[in-house]
Amino acid sequence: MRALELLQEKFASEIVKTGETAGQHYVIVNREKIVEILRFLHDHPELLFDHLADLTAIDWHGKKKDYRFEVVYNLYSIRYGYFLRVKAQVPEDDPRIDSVTCIWQVANWFEREVYDMFGITFNNHPDLRRLLMPEDWPGHPLRKDYPLSPEPEQEWQGYKELKEKAKRLAEFDWYKRIPPGLSEETQESAQVEEEEGHGTSA
Amino acid sequence: MDVQGMYQAANHFLLKYLGISLFKSLVIVVVALLHVAYATYAERKIIGRMQQRIGPNRVGPRGLLQPIADVLKLLGKEDITPSCVDSRAVFMVAPFISLVAGATSLAVLPIWENFVVTNVNASLLVVLAMSSLSSFGVILAGWASNSRYAFLGGLRAGAQVVSYEIAMALSLVGVMMLAGSMNLVEIVKAQIASPFKIYAIPQIIGFFVFMIAAVAETNRTPFDLPEAETELVAGYFVEYSAMRFALFYLAEYFGMIVMSILAVVCYLGGWYGPFEIPGIPFFWFLVKVYFLIFFYIWIRATLPRYRYDQLMGLGWKVLIPLALLNIVITGFIKILF
Amino acid sequence: MAQALEIIQKQQEAEEWEEPYLVNMGPQHPATHGVLRIFLELDGEYIVHCDPRIGYLHRGIEKLSETFTYSQGIVLTDRLDYIASAANNVGYCLAVEKLMGLEVPRRAQIIRVIVAEMARIASHLLWLATHALDIGAMTVFLYCFRDREWLLNIYEEICGARLTHTYPVIGGVRLDFTQHIIDELYRFTEEFPNRIPEYETLIDVNRIWLKRTKGVGVISGEEAVNLGLTGPSLRGSGVRYDLRKNCPYLIYDELDFDMAVEYEGDVYARYRVRMKEMREANKIIRQCLDKLAECEGEPVIAEDAPGLFMPFGKLKKPQASPHPKRGYLIKGVEVPVVPEGEVYVATEVPKGELGFYIVSDGSGHPWRMRIRAPSFVHISAIPALCKGQMVADIIAVIGSVDIVLGECDR
Repeated sequence: MRALELLQEKFASEIVKTGETAGQHYVIVNREKIVEILRFLHDHPELLFDHLADLTAIDWHGKKKDYRFEVVYNLYSIRYGYFLRVKAQVPEDDPRIDSVTCIWQVANWFEREVYDMFGITFNNHPDLRRLLMPEDWPGHPLRKDYPLSPEPEQEWQGYKELKEKAKRLAEFDWYKRIPPGLSEETQESAQVEEEEGHGTSA
Repeated sequence: MDVQGMYQAANHFLLKYLGISLFKSLVIVVVALLHVAYATYAERKIIGRMQQRIGPNRVGPRGLLQPIADVLKLLGKEDITPSCVDSRAVFMVAPFISLVAGATSLAVLPIWENFVVTNVNASLLVVLAMSSLSSFGVILAGWASNSRYAFLGGLRAGAQVVSYEIAMALSLVGVMMLAGSMNLVEIVKAQIASPFKIYAIPQIIGFFVFMIAAVAETNRTPFDLPEAETELVAGYFVEYSAMRFALFYLAEYFGMIVMSILAVVCYLGGWYGPFEIPGIPFFWFLVKVYFLIFFYIWIRATLPRYRYDQLMGLGWKVLIPLALLNIVITGFIKILF
Repeated sequence: MAQALEIIQKQQEAEEWEEPYLVNMGPQHPATHGVLRIFLELDGEYIVHCDPRIGYLHRGIEKLSETFTYSQGIVLTDRLDYIASAANNVGYCLAVEKLMGLEVPRRAQIIRVIVAEMARIASHLLWLATHALDIGAMTVFLYCFRDREWLLNIYEEICGARLTHTYPVIGGVRLDFTQHIIDELYRFTEEFPNRIPEYETLIDVNRIWLKRTKGVGVISGEEAVNLGLTGPSLRGSGVRYDLRKNCPYLIYDELDFDMAVEYEGDVYARYRVRMKEMREANKIIRQCLDKLAECEGEPVIAEDAPGLFMPFGKLKKPQASPHPKRGYLIKGVEVPVVPEGEVYVATEVPKGELGFYIVSDGSGHPWRMRIRAPSFVHISAIPALCKGQMVADIIAVIGSVDIVLGECDR
């Protein structure tokens, strides 16, 4: 493929591996010069990869020896119809990589989401903060060691505060309802409500 | 049934023993309130039919008791006053100001030749003054609500009403010139005596400007940006609930009816009709008013909404020059004919 | 928030700090289509800065899919763009089939195209309804919903659900079309081109509509590509990029339809692109119905397709370590479910380009399923589209880029 040839000529030292899966070519590179490589792919007149289809990350927890994360750039050239996947290896102890916002503006939110979900910091990013999760959320959800559902003590602080507030305000409610799963005396209060509440209808 | 004789006798009785023409004002207030309530019903039904659906048809036969049900529901709701309003008195009084300003104009509008609650000599001026006063209620509501959206909505509504009032007043100047008086009863009589019988024909530009300005004065689509649901979430009355909200709502429909009656009286010949119907002297008046209300509702179902700067541009750059042109043409007509 | 404080401190030092007027178009708002929160900084009526906040509908679909099997994952993709859910299913199934190397029978491909184009018309009808309602034309809303009801009734006959279809499965489609469905679709394609002028007469040459939409939210072609816009939002700026034409999938290379492109790049151009796309989708359904008649009686699902419920239990936590490969039986022989590898497949859904990037490690669950949603990118482009516009224009712009928060937040 033309893109792979040109990359081999210019950045032979950075390329770790090239290959093809399911008919799509990919190249794995080191993360140091990722901005230069991508800018080369973006600007070169024979390639013109102007559409950054996707920027994401994979967590190879335990499966690969040298590194843990891989930041994946899916590139497409509208002019020539080429598709290329560029993968940059990011180790676990130093999860940082340069941001490509200077080349594609769409990378802004993609990188914010990767930061939010995986904890990979992007250098020179204009506005790196959490995107999907609330601002004070601890942890990075899409990592493999993050549980699917939390233990009750590890729930998000904001949700715990909300449950406390609901319990406190329940005494002002019409039927003194406490939201399900909250109260300690559910059994007695349920019985009391059954006896009292027959006269009224909702 | 000598309706005229009967009510003259009742009026005479009240005047003689109580000194006030209470009867007329009661009649007109009750009738106007019923009209306002059923204008909401008519709007929902007509817009429903235009959108290929049936409007309300559950409450009462064909949904005719829907306005009563709405009023009862609104009366029963909890009246929430936000805790950080600027001043509770202002917050509570603002809807009343709007409503009263809208409804007071009814006192000087003639229904037919012998039925005006009070026949002042400058009744057109009274109507214009009252419509300016309604903007006061809106601005107070926006300010007192102490909320971003309400504030923006109130300001916009106030500015819009003030701009379009000028266009409206200028277009009415043409009518005053042709009729030679500001007394609404005299204006209608002058129309009947004129060669075309209605002033809409010699004053076609004036009528056009007046109708557009009237739609803008009452904050109806396409000029309803201050209260647009999707732009500012109900604008200046976003913090009002239950009955106060109902009062704003009523004030809007009162404004619609008052403007329609004004248009009929000044431009469409008041109570004049091609043939007299014995016993119902106000028949043609009502037909014309109903047609104009239908026109208001029709516009609402059809047109999208203007953006605020386009709205102001229309008022200042298009309607006021047209109204001034109308005055010049009317002057020529008066000289030549 | 820390960045905002820095900016404020810098400006205070430079003594040019003017307190901006902050308005929050909150998560509950009639005009933001879903739970989108936008912080606006206003200077009078003009927007100085605009900051969309998302995440109110985040359901963790990507993490859940790591515990679901590939067949169970189809239900997750339904809920992405819930307005045109058949199109999402098609994209996911194409990705998994490419990874498995599975061949889909021709009749299933034609049915998939029909269902995807029906989804396109349904989505564009809803877009037009809400866009016109935001700008104030209430009647268009009800006319569009009347026709969308027709389509949803046809969907109900096809797969039993009106909104979340789960109809295309890995290997084909779930059930075949009955003759009644085909007749209904013929009737629809006959009648629909007469309905489109009904919507257009109300707004197409209406001076108020033109004033509200022409010249608003203008963006050039290069900047649109740089911002990542795809679909009708990109084609409204003159870039000829339609995945059905550039990288044909299913049987789109056999069909005869035009790409809808306009060159001004404003809200009105995107509106015209989508109206044209509705007509083209109608044409496509018509051609597919004729092709369907040619391959009567063929199967609609591949022989070696994995069943709807794959034979092992759900994992309680996502895989954190290599585990023994699980397989399923085809004709008594155990085969790995999906071979190791990764694939990125993009399809043209009504909103733009929906991409599925699936990384498989040779077991029954994806190692990573990434969904590249068009609405995510479009919301990130809203600040660039709204530079220097007024508050009322932001409503028109949000309507024109056609977002749905389900696929943005996943």
